[in-house]
Formats: sequence, C-alpha cells, structure tokens
Amino acid sequence: MANELLNARNVTIRFGGLTAVADFNLAIQPHELIGLIGPNGAGKTTVFNMLTGVYKPTDGTIEVSGVPTGKLKPFDITALGVARTFQNIRLFKDLTVLDNVKIGGHIHYKYSVTSAVLHTNRFQEAERVAEDDAMRLLSIFGLQSRAQFLAKNLPYGDQRRLEIARALAARPKLLLLDEPAAGLNDRETHDLMNTIHDIRDRFNIAILLIEHHMELVMGICERIIVLNFGKTISQGAPGYVRNDPVVIEAYLGEPADDATMI
Amino acid sequence: MNRLPWWLRDSIFLTLGVAALIGLSYLLESLPISGMAYYNRIIVMMGINITLAVSLNIINGHAGQFSLGHAGFMAVGAYFASFLTVFYFSPIVDKLPAGSQQWLAQNAFVLVAVLLGGALAALAGYIVGLPSLRLRGDYLAIVTLGFGEIIRVLILNIDKVGAARGFSGIPKWANFFWVYFFVVFTVLISMRLVKSSVGRAFLAVREDQIAAEAMGVDTTKYKVKAFIIGSFLAGVAGGLFAHYMMYLNPTMFMFIKSFEVVAMVVLGGLGSISGSIIAAVILTFLPEGLRMVKDYIPGGKDPRMIIYSIMLIGLMLTRPQGLLGRRELWQVLGRRKDVVPDDPRDEAEDKLDRNAAPPVT
Repeated sequence: MANELLNARNVTIRFGGLTAVADFNLAIQPHELIGLIGPNGAGKTTVFNMLTGVYKPTDGTIEVSGVPTGKLKPFDITALGVARTFQNIRLFKDLTVLDNVKIGGHIHYKYSVTSAVLHTNRFQEAERVAEDDAMRLLSIFGLQSRAQFLAKNLPYGDQRRLEIARALAARPKLLLLDEPAAGLNDRETHDLMNTIHDIRDRFNIAILLIEHHMELVMGICERIIVLNFGKTISQGAPGYVRNDPVVIEAYLGEPADDATMI
Repeated sequence: MNRLPWWLRDSIFLTLGVAALIGLSYLLESLPISGMAYYNRIIVMMGINITLAVSLNIINGHAGQFSLGHAGFMAVGAYFASFLTVFYFSPIVDKLPAGSQQWLAQNAFVLVAVLLGGALAALAGYIVGLPSLRLRGDYLAIVTLGFGEIIRVLILNIDKVGAARGFSGIPKWANFFWVYFFVVFTVLISMRLVKSSVGRAFLAVREDQIAAEAMGVDTTKYKVKAFIIGSFLAGVAGGLFAHYMMYLNPTMFMFIKSFEVVAMVVLGGLGSISGSIIAAVILTFLPEGLRMVKDYIPGGKDPRMIIYSIMLIGLMLTRPQGLLGRRELWQVLGRRKDVVPDDPRDEAEDKLDRNAAPPVT
C-alpha cells in the first residue's frame, strides 16, 4: 500500500446542489497506464481538477505518495510529482517553445533573485541543466527545430505534443493527460498512442488519461474506469469494460422494449 | 567571458561602466553649447523616467499585473531618502571639512539614502502586494490606484516632511552620474531577470495563471516578487528625483504621474525593455521639444500639450501593441525567426523531425 502513487478515497464534490463526482475511488501504482472514460459531462475533468488541487473535494481524501493533498495548492501537488495537460490547450502562447518547456521544469531550476541578477555559478549551472533538459524533451517529441518559435505559431498537433513535453519537464511520477488526442487526425492519434506508451516506459511514470477516442484507450490502457453522471459505473481491463452492459447502456442508451421482445 | 568567475567579470564591468559614466558626465558639462544646463536637466529627467518605465515594465509587462500605483512607490522612495538626507546625513556632511572629504561623504550618503528609499518602497510594494494580488486585471488596477492616492494623502499630513508646503532644503547630491548609474542597474536587473527562472515564472503568470500553477509556479509569490522588485526600483528613481530637484511636493506624485509611466510602458510595448526605454526617452523629450511650436503660433498660445496628446492617440491607434510589441529592439531589427516564422512548416524539415521522434512500439 505504501508505494501507491496516488490514492483517492470516497472523493465527492458538489457544486451547489449538483453532485459532480460522487464516491470516487482510485489507487494508482507506479508504472500503471489507466484510462478514464465516460460520456460528456460525466465528471472526468472534474476528477482531474481535484487530483491536481484546482478544486477541493467536498468529501473524501486524496493522497499523493502518502501525503494528503487537502490543504495543498496546485503548485505544491506538482512538486509532489503530479503533472498534467489541459483539455483546451493552455500553453504560454506568447513565449517560445523552449521557454514553455523550461517553465514546466520550474520547480527543479530554482535559485534566488540575487543569483539571477548576478549570474552566479548556481544560476549558470541551473540554466545549463534547464536548457539541456528542455532540448532533450523537445527532441523526443520532434520539436527541437521549433525551439525558438512562439508556441502560438505551432500547428495544432505540435501544440498538443508540446503540452505533454512541458508536463514531463516537471519530472512527474504521475502524468495526467486530459484528452490528448482531441482534434488530432487518425495518423496523429496513432502516433500519439505510441508516444504515450513509449514515454511511460522511457520515463518510468504512471499515466492517467481521459480520452474519447476508444481505439486509443482500449489499445494502450491496462485498466479503465468508466464514469457516468459522477458515479463510477465500471472498471477493469479493457476487454471487460468494453463488454460491460452498464457501459454500453451509458454510451448507447437502454435497449428499447420492442428490441428485447424480438 | 564565461571563463571568468562571475564576481570578477561583474566587477570588471562595474569599473568600466563607472569610468565611462564619469567620463560622459564631464563631457556633458564641458560641452560648449549655450543652455547646456537645460539640456542636461532633460537628460537627467530622461534617466529617471527610464528607471521608472523599466521598473513598471517588470510589474505590468513581464508579470502582467496592471499597476497604477507607481507614483506612490516613487513618492515613498523620494520622501524617505530625502528624510534621511535632510535630518541625518546632511548635518554629518556639513561638519566635515569642505573639499574631497565632503565630496566623498555626500556621494556615499546619496547612495545609501537612495537605496534605503528603495527598500522602504519595496516594503510598501510587499504590503500592497499581499492582499491585493488576489485580485486580477481591472480590480488590481483600481486598488493600486487607490494605494497611490493613500500614500500621497499620508504624506500630505506628515508635517515633518513639509506636508502641503512641500519638502525643501534637500541638497543636490544626485547628478547625471548617479541617475545613469541606476538606469544601467535597473536595465541590467530587468534584462537578467527576464532570462532567468524568476523571469520565466513572471511571464508564465502573465500568460496563463492556471497553467503556471499546474507547472509548479507559486503565482502569488511571484506576483509579490515582481511588485517588490518594481517598487524598489521606483523608490530608487524617486530618491534620485528628490536629490536632483532639491524639492518635493505631494502634488508631484498624483495619479497623473502613474499614468505618465504607464503611458511610457504601453507605448513602448508591454513586456519590451528596450521599448520602455525608447518610449521614456520620447515622452520626456516630446513636451520639451514641442515648446518651440509656440513661437510659430500667433497670439502666444501654447498648444504643446494638445499636440502631445494627439500624437499619443495617433500612436495608439496605429500601433495598439506599442512601438515594439513584446519584442526587444534587436529582435525587431534582426528579424529573428523566433518572432513570426514566415513559413511555419516546410516538408523536408518535417520528415527530419518525424525521424527524430522515438521509434513506434
């Protein structure tokens, strides 16, 4: 139990009278690749926002590496080893691709204002490491030749990949990807699938991803959790979830009466 | 240059810079131009305005926190530095025998006074920063505007520093050398900060606070840091202003002064250090340069402020992003590709990139 990266117990959040997520439980082991799926409005992104500290759960506890996150701010949770991407890309649009990734590693390249102003050895060393780390990440995602572009000038697919690179720069133990394939074409989605699988092994991290693209989720995830109206309706291996009648019902609706009669 | 240890490299730069500034200040005073004292005064005012604009650019341009209280921070620095000089330092200097000893003491004291003025302004920045930085955009602007006025009204009621009569009797210890010493100091701090993790955190806060927090940036901490650094430098500018003008009055620090500095930063381009410098130079020189227009207009009316305003409006209409936008002067001149790629993607390069990606599993 001690080596769980993340442990969410009975997590519930209410916005006024609306219970967005109810009794959500999730334990993530190192190196796991987990999918979180569900119809629109099921509460998937809300779960992400609670795990990363953007929202505080009304009930229940979340622990990251054994540390309760109830009172922590999002940046503290990042320091504990949880990094994320956003459903609607949130890059630093007017900064260069390189600076975006460097900011991703912010927690690892800290030094004082005085060091920065005097260009001390500590500053030079930290900046050299930042530059190396960032360029290595960019080359993994095939973006190294665009390091000096402004992020807003990148094509959409590159922006998605840059967001993942930026999150990885925080050297997380758990990476949360919110619809990484949204808006990508088939070829790009296929490439992304391989990339996600690959970075899990290369960086030895656990990944939790939200995705609507079933081929991607079923193809790479080892475990899938299905949410509907804030409740966990099914979870298990892709083969099990795919055939679970509750899941089919959530996505396609109940079988019509006359259909059952036939 | 990178071979040298940082402290040795910076000491060499400092020595060379000081020597150059001293040479320049002697040159300016000895130039055989009639009315040189007047031009000298404009040049010094330019320096003070550059310091103000560049320091506000750290808060408004880099960290993206719209502050309208810069005159307030300047006033804190100006009054505290003058207070120290008039009541503590000046009596000491007067007791010394005239000559080089006095000269040395007054230059040492003006440095101390100005830095302490900046320190108190930084404290003010910290105090304003903490509660008000939970606000964003327009709300923050209004709070900082209110803060500037509070400072002014406070000073107006402190009799020790002259209240509404103004604070006179400040010795003229600041000169071209000290003003431009701090101009270089400010520009250097600003340029080095923006290329460091601190500056990147400022920019991240400006670009997207939610993403910045998700990347581990403590946004409140960095906003307060930006305010502390910016207000420190504004306080320094205030101290220099006081020791050059030899007189202070609360009306000098009305919100209109804050607007003037904001106009410089916006005109130069929010976030552009060289833009702030250029705009500060233009906006200091323009009202003076326009004085001659009066001679060509019958009836002795002075239209310079009207022309000044029309020029500002015209500039903002034609270039709403400011003279340089978010770029620096050398980026605009050099047309570097990091700014706007003309051809974002060419096919050959594309293939090369795909090969660099990890092998598909």
